[in-house]
Amino acid sequence: MSTPTITASVTIAGETVPRVELTPVAVDLLRSLWEEHGPLMFHQSGGCCDGSSPMLFMAGEFITSDQDVRLGQFDIAPANEPSQPLDFWMSAEQFNYWSHTFLTVDVVPGRGSGFSAEAPRGVRFLIRSELMTTMTPFAGSAETDTVEEDAVATPTKAVPA
Amino acid sequence: MTVYSVPGTPGSKVTFKSRYENWIGGEWVAPVKGQYFEDITPVTGKPFAEVARGTAEDIELALDAAHKAAPAWGKTSPAERASVLNKIADLIDANVEMLAVAETWDNGKAVRETINADIPLAADHFRYFASAIRAQDGDHAQLDGDTVSYQFHEPLGVVGQIIPWNFPILMAVWKLAPALAAGNAIVLKPAEQTPVSILVLMELIGDILPPGVVNVVNGFGLEAGKPLASSNRIRKIAFTGETTTGRLILQYASANIIPSTVELGGKSPNIFFSDVAEEKDAFYDKAQEGFVLFAFNQGEVCTAPSRALLQKPIYDSFLGDAVTRARKIIQGNPLDTDTQMGAQASNDQLEKILSYIDIGTKEGAKLALGGERADLGGDLTDGYYVQPTIFEGHNKMRLFQEEIFGPVLAVTSFTDYDDAISIANDTIYGLGAGVWSRNGNVAYRAGRDIQAGRVWVNNYHAYPAGAAFGGYKSSGIGRENNKLALGHYQQTKNLLVSYSENKLGFF
Repeated sequence: MSTPTITASVTIAGETVPRVELTPVAVDLLRSLWEEHGPLMFHQSGGCCDGSSPMLFMAGEFITSDQDVRLGQFDIAPANEPSQPLDFWMSAEQFNYWSHTFLTVDVVPGRGSGFSAEAPRGVRFLIRSELMTTMTPFAGSAETDTVEEDAVATPTKAVPA
Repeated sequence: MTVYSVPGTPGSKVTFKSRYENWIGGEWVAPVKGQYFEDITPVTGKPFAEVARGTAEDIELALDAAHKAAPAWGKTSPAERASVLNKIADLIDANVEMLAVAETWDNGKAVRETINADIPLAADHFRYFASAIRAQDGDHAQLDGDTVSYQFHEPLGVVGQIIPWNFPILMAVWKLAPALAAGNAIVLKPAEQTPVSILVLMELIGDILPPGVVNVVNGFGLEAGKPLASSNRIRKIAFTGETTTGRLILQYASANIIPSTVELGGKSPNIFFSDVAEEKDAFYDKAQEGFVLFAFNQGEVCTAPSRALLQKPIYDSFLGDAVTRARKIIQGNPLDTDTQMGAQASNDQLEKILSYIDIGTKEGAKLALGGERADLGGDLTDGYYVQPTIFEGHNKMRLFQEEIFGPVLAVTSFTDYDDAISIANDTIYGLGAGVWSRNGNVAYRAGRDIQAGRVWVNNYHAYPAGAAFGGYKSSGIGRENNKLALGHYQQTKNLLVSYSENKLGFF
């Protein structure tokens, strides 16, 4: 049976539409890395060099806080297997500028740096993005303090990736 | 025009070893687990050497060597350390072409940049810190007639440094020079995309340093970087890279209660006020070049001027001229001195840049130039080349907010001074910025109002030793490139001395 695309559950208060998904190749890689390392988490990076890419850590390795937003939770377990929950995080200040986009985690060959767990495999997670039709485009504002206010009403539908 | 020969071929300036081990305690040491990984040249996309895949065990060996070397190195006089740094600088100067070709092959950047910028700047950087440490005084204060407070600078001991891949040698030197000048021993981990050129440098300068003063362990972040950054055997960790890893490193530092300096990138605004175009003279030409500097080093610079802000009255004409100029950028074999833009450093970097071009288009940004991967044909066909790309849009687009780290420029307009500053500061970063104006008052005020650690006024992308470099906001903590950096590698020892014979009288 081929690996499916996996969509994250909705974890932002007041929202109803998922924000993140995994391509099948990302799912396969994550399942394999889970076997090697145990429970995992994503934190989306910004900034120079290997920034703007999602970083994969052992769950709890990266300490999140109120300055982070949990965009969604994946369950990467195959059907009828025990759950394998994997959270996708981003800093709140970065989310201010990303909130109008739907994110797909994909995998490309490469030699990503940072402490991301997939790098020794010669591959790198990569974000592909789509606009969310339900979000007010570019609503993100540096003047807005809280992410919840910023997430603009209740979205109903994301553009499929 | 010169086209340097491919490393390892007849007439080449450099021949790489087929395999590189770790540099520990003044000698080459095989990785404990015996594993290696391939170093790929972005020029052709092909592997050219094997490099030690270091792990925690190798980091421990390097820390052993560093701890052995640190006490004696820390006791050397500033004059002795300065002499060592100057010798290193002389050797780099005597081998500019060799190091430049090695760097170009490892990183993909055009050789005219490595010859004229990366390598000469590295040499000068060592000289600057050789001078700075000799000129550094301690401090004293006479607190009262019989009480004197003396303050001494002492080295921290053993420090860890994690280096990025965009200027592998120069960024290593930015960290090595102040740490060595201040009397520390170092364990350094290069980026896994560019692990070799630093080892070529160590082959050259390794014997000048006492064994164990500088140790280089290669490997992946999770396997080698994390054991170094989280070790309780370092007294400081320095990092240049992205925000998530930066935060993680600060976390590790907090667990060990050690200082950490982190440089985490930017999304630097380059502001052009209308008066720039008052005349089509040399200054206008300079400003045009300043705009096109987004393509310098293929855009892989933390301070890349990746947001151009043009004042409305000159928006169309200035942009038109600049696009014409950017269209003339010569992309080609990075070993050709005529080439102005080389290859992106890795395949995943190439893919990330293309993914941003994609979202830029989806967000409705208007493509003014480029926008695709470049196939240069022949041996270069599998190399990681991207066309210089210019988008027009507005500052809320992700194109304007995320560091793409590629030759992709986002252009927008502003109405007046306040609008310019507001757009410039509407970013989570604050590393670099550019201001262009013939009016000194405007340029000065803008330079002060922009929340960034480095504002270039009527120039861009100069990195002279002596000019402090570092970030505001989420761009990081600490300053490099200036004597201030010595303080990031030193402890303060206070001796509080009483010259009085008389007791306190308390007991």
